[in-house]
Amino acid sequence: MQRIGVFICHCGTNIAATVDVKAVAEALGREPGVVFSTDYQYMCSESGQTLMRDAIREHKLTGVVVCSCSPRMHEATFRKAAEKEGLNPYMVEIANIREQVSWIHKDIAEATEKAIILGRAAIAKVHLNKPLTAGESPVTKRALVIGGGIAGIQTALDIAEAGFEVDIVEKEPTIGGKMAQIDKTFPTLDCAACILTPKMVDVAQNEKIRIFSYSEVESVKGFVGNFKVAIRKKARYVDEEKCTGCGICTEKCPQKKVPNAFNMGLDTRRAIYIPFAQAVPKVATIDANYCTMMKTGKCGICQKFCGVGAIDYTQKDQIVEREYGAIVAATGFNPMKPTQYDELGYATCEDVVTSLELERLMNAAGPTAGTLLRPSDKKHPHTVVFVQCVGSRCDAENEKGKPYCSKICCMYTAKHAMLIREKYPDTEVYVFYIDVRTPGKNFDEFYRRAVEQYGVHYIKGQVGKVVEENGTLKVQASDLLSGEQLHIDADLVVLATAVEPDKSARSIATMLTASMDTNDFFTEAHAKLRPVESPTAGIFLSGVCQGPKDIPETVSQASAAAAKVIGLLAKDKLTCNPCVAESDEMLCNGCSSCEKVCPYGAITYADKEFRGPNRTTLIRRVASVNAAVCQGCGACTVACPSGAMDLKGFSNRQIMAEVDAICKM
Amino acid sequence: MQELMKKRAIELLADGTCDRVLGWEKGDFAYDQTPALFHTAEELRASFVYNGFSAANLSKYLVKECRAGGKIAVFLKPCDTYSFNQLLAEHRIKREMIYVIGVACDGKADVEKLKDAGIDGITDIREEGECYVVSTIYGDKTVKKAEALAERCLNCKSRKHMAYDELIGESGEVVPNSGRFDMVEQLEAMTPDERYEFWRGELSRCIRCNACRNVCPACTCEQCIFDNPKSGVAQKAAVNSFEENMFHIIRAFHVAGRCTDCGECSRVCPEHIPLHLLNRKFIKDVNSFYGEYQAGEDPAARPPLGRYEKNDIEPGEAGGNRA
Repeated sequence: MQRIGVFICHCGTNIAATVDVKAVAEALGREPGVVFSTDYQYMCSESGQTLMRDAIREHKLTGVVVCSCSPRMHEATFRKAAEKEGLNPYMVEIANIREQVSWIHKDIAEATEKAIILGRAAIAKVHLNKPLTAGESPVTKRALVIGGGIAGIQTALDIAEAGFEVDIVEKEPTIGGKMAQIDKTFPTLDCAACILTPKMVDVAQNEKIRIFSYSEVESVKGFVGNFKVAIRKKARYVDEEKCTGCGICTEKCPQKKVPNAFNMGLDTRRAIYIPFAQAVPKVATIDANYCTMMKTGKCGICQKFCGVGAIDYTQKDQIVEREYGAIVAATGFNPMKPTQYDELGYATCEDVVTSLELERLMNAAGPTAGTLLRPSDKKHPHTVVFVQCVGSRCDAENEKGKPYCSKICCMYTAKHAMLIREKYPDTEVYVFYIDVRTPGKNFDEFYRRAVEQYGVHYIKGQVGKVVEENGTLKVQASDLLSGEQLHIDADLVVLATAVEPDKSARSIATMLTASMDTNDFFTEAHAKLRPVESPTAGIFLSGVCQGPKDIPETVSQASAAAAKVIGLLAKDKLTCNPCVAESDEMLCNGCSSCEKVCPYGAITYADKEFRGPNRTTLIRRVASVNAAVCQGCGACTVACPSGAMDLKGFSNRQIMAEVDAICKM
Repeated sequence: MQELMKKRAIELLADGTCDRVLGWEKGDFAYDQTPALFHTAEELRASFVYNGFSAANLSKYLVKECRAGGKIAVFLKPCDTYSFNQLLAEHRIKREMIYVIGVACDGKADVEKLKDAGIDGITDIREEGECYVVSTIYGDKTVKKAEALAERCLNCKSRKHMAYDELIGESGEVVPNSGRFDMVEQLEAMTPDERYEFWRGELSRCIRCNACRNVCPACTCEQCIFDNPKSGVAQKAAVNSFEENMFHIIRAFHVAGRCTDCGECSRVCPEHIPLHLLNRKFIKDVNSFYGEYQAGEDPAARPPLGRYEKNDIEPGEAGGNRA
């Protein structure tokens, strides 16, 4: 029989205001095996821990139950305290009576009863707990960054700076991401390329960084410190080693009618292309969907002109296997395509553009060489209307849009408005907004400058309709402050569309077993205290994949993620979780069900000799678990049809004992 | 057919392809055949039988035989080959130790239906076109197959052998829309109370003889949880009459995604409980949640319940038809 001590935490009034802690301590004190039961104001405090340690010593406790907050908060605290008194840390169980009781119940009697039941379940489990010892696993001292935008670039540079190897996997032919497409950056208005491209060059030149461009993560196996990742290097039909980026092929290619994705489809490029002048790596890529040679087998002009023989039409996708200690998701975002808003005319009117398209229209390297010309007739627009919150801040039921604020639109629209007024003082600029949100260093000053110095017309209200009539965009809108209907004849309408996580994020999250919210943004381990870590150990978050943010915020978060990665890679060994699966070979059927569901590849099978009846031996195929690889997820224990698989610390018997204790009236 | 099979089995023993043959032999009654091992030509000549009563699925017996070593020849009907493949997939049997003779099957008779039709004193059965000619001590009786076939044969899912080394007779095709889920649909259409009453009515007859488990080719655990004193459920006195019924529900969960719907459980149940309906409900659900899947069709296939896919149905969505 265990000698169990029970400690009920008040958590100030967090628990004590809703749960009668004295009654819980008394009730649990009567449970079999409980030799000591008490309550205390803050169990996690130094004196609370001392109380626990004294009780372990004085009452010769063999098991401890702490009824307190979530085990995610203080399980480690209490286990360490118990260990100092010579108790195996895995003899400590937490009953969560805060998040699962006091915070979600109002009625004291009900909450108290539930707290007692959860405490009873924890006691029932401790009766079956066994001391467990943690092993160690090595750390592969290399990090993987998925995504080569400014977030991924900054994270990679910082990790490399600390002396660790980093790989960047970027699905596009070049790193740079969205920032490379932007013209100027708020609130200082420096040119995005001028501040981004030096970083891209740094990445290219850094010996610790390896770029896998035009590549995607194919599969992820393993666990913190020991990830095994398969990277698909997509065939670009150009030998990266040989290509010098001279660009002759991109001039000679006869297929000129390929929509230029880098310029948001506002102009065209060739079938063989380098996305932009400062691309890293500066290597051409053949777009197989458009290449005449790839489609018909006739052409071969680029191959003819290539001085170094880099063109290879037979190139195949390549799978590269790499090992990592940590993985950073930096998968970024895309502006939403506002085609579902018929009333705003994006799909029908050429002169209704998104903000990112406007960036390209204003960029010196863009389709108009930096002169603001509207797409339809290449004329200079004299009236420009900006529409804010397109697809952002929508009702939860409104399937057309996102419930969240995209955070960056107010600022970049102020920037756009200001730049247009600066360059073309003859242009009237209207901004229709719900609210103008400008928290951030020098942000509000920036916005006020747009209104006060540059005379941008900010109108609180919504645009109801945009229709084209003889080359003019008739904008119908309401001014909410004056209560008037407005009719504006515009030449150009710019939609500030919602930020959407990149489409690849969902499948990457699944591969990483990292959790996501309903909007497909990665979830942090703790919204306030662990904002750059995923709840999955060894997975870190950088940039907009975690939530909308601007460049300065992205860069700080990217560096924060790098700091976390460095902290992990600096360790030579990690303490393993001793709560791992084990197989009872006498029960194992050898059916491989567990092996198939194991996400970590921790289970192997071997033929083993067993003693049969009448002094015979028989060979049976049985499972065995590699404890260093097992992460204790428990998938195998439920897949096992014979009940041979069990999880240490969470055995089927322990769980059943908890259920029985909860169901006992 | 029987003579062809006998002849071939004798040949296989003689040429060393196998050292024993797994088949059927006459039991105490003509309709009561039992699976049997034949080691010699004499044994085969004396008691090997194959006719409308040779219903038993022999694949499960291979688990034990594979442990004993040597080489085994086995006769498998189309539906038995699904169980055979499933056992291969679960590494319970060794393909290289087994020589599979696929035998054609036009369905097997349900002796209870014959008895209900007033046919007693049965001594033999033979097929003649769409009819069975049943020999009895009172003379021959002819009965239409459609009136005498077992339920699982009326709703036959496949006449195609999924595995064989050689065939006697012809292998047919998978039967599309076999109608095997019709009764499941009727049960789904019931209110929860009606359904509960239906199952109480059926399951309360259970005498826990364990025949369903013992015959089930998916039930080949080294130690069944119902026999394992450590499992906490073995030999446990039932708290109430419903707890006894849990045996079948636990068993259905155990074989979910692995059951090939061979129907042996219902065939051997002395209380005629339609146990196959529990399994078919699972099969139907697996089909609708994860796409068509037939356990035992392909031993290399990854079963839907044993793998994760990115677009797998979420648990909340799966509970759709729970009234």
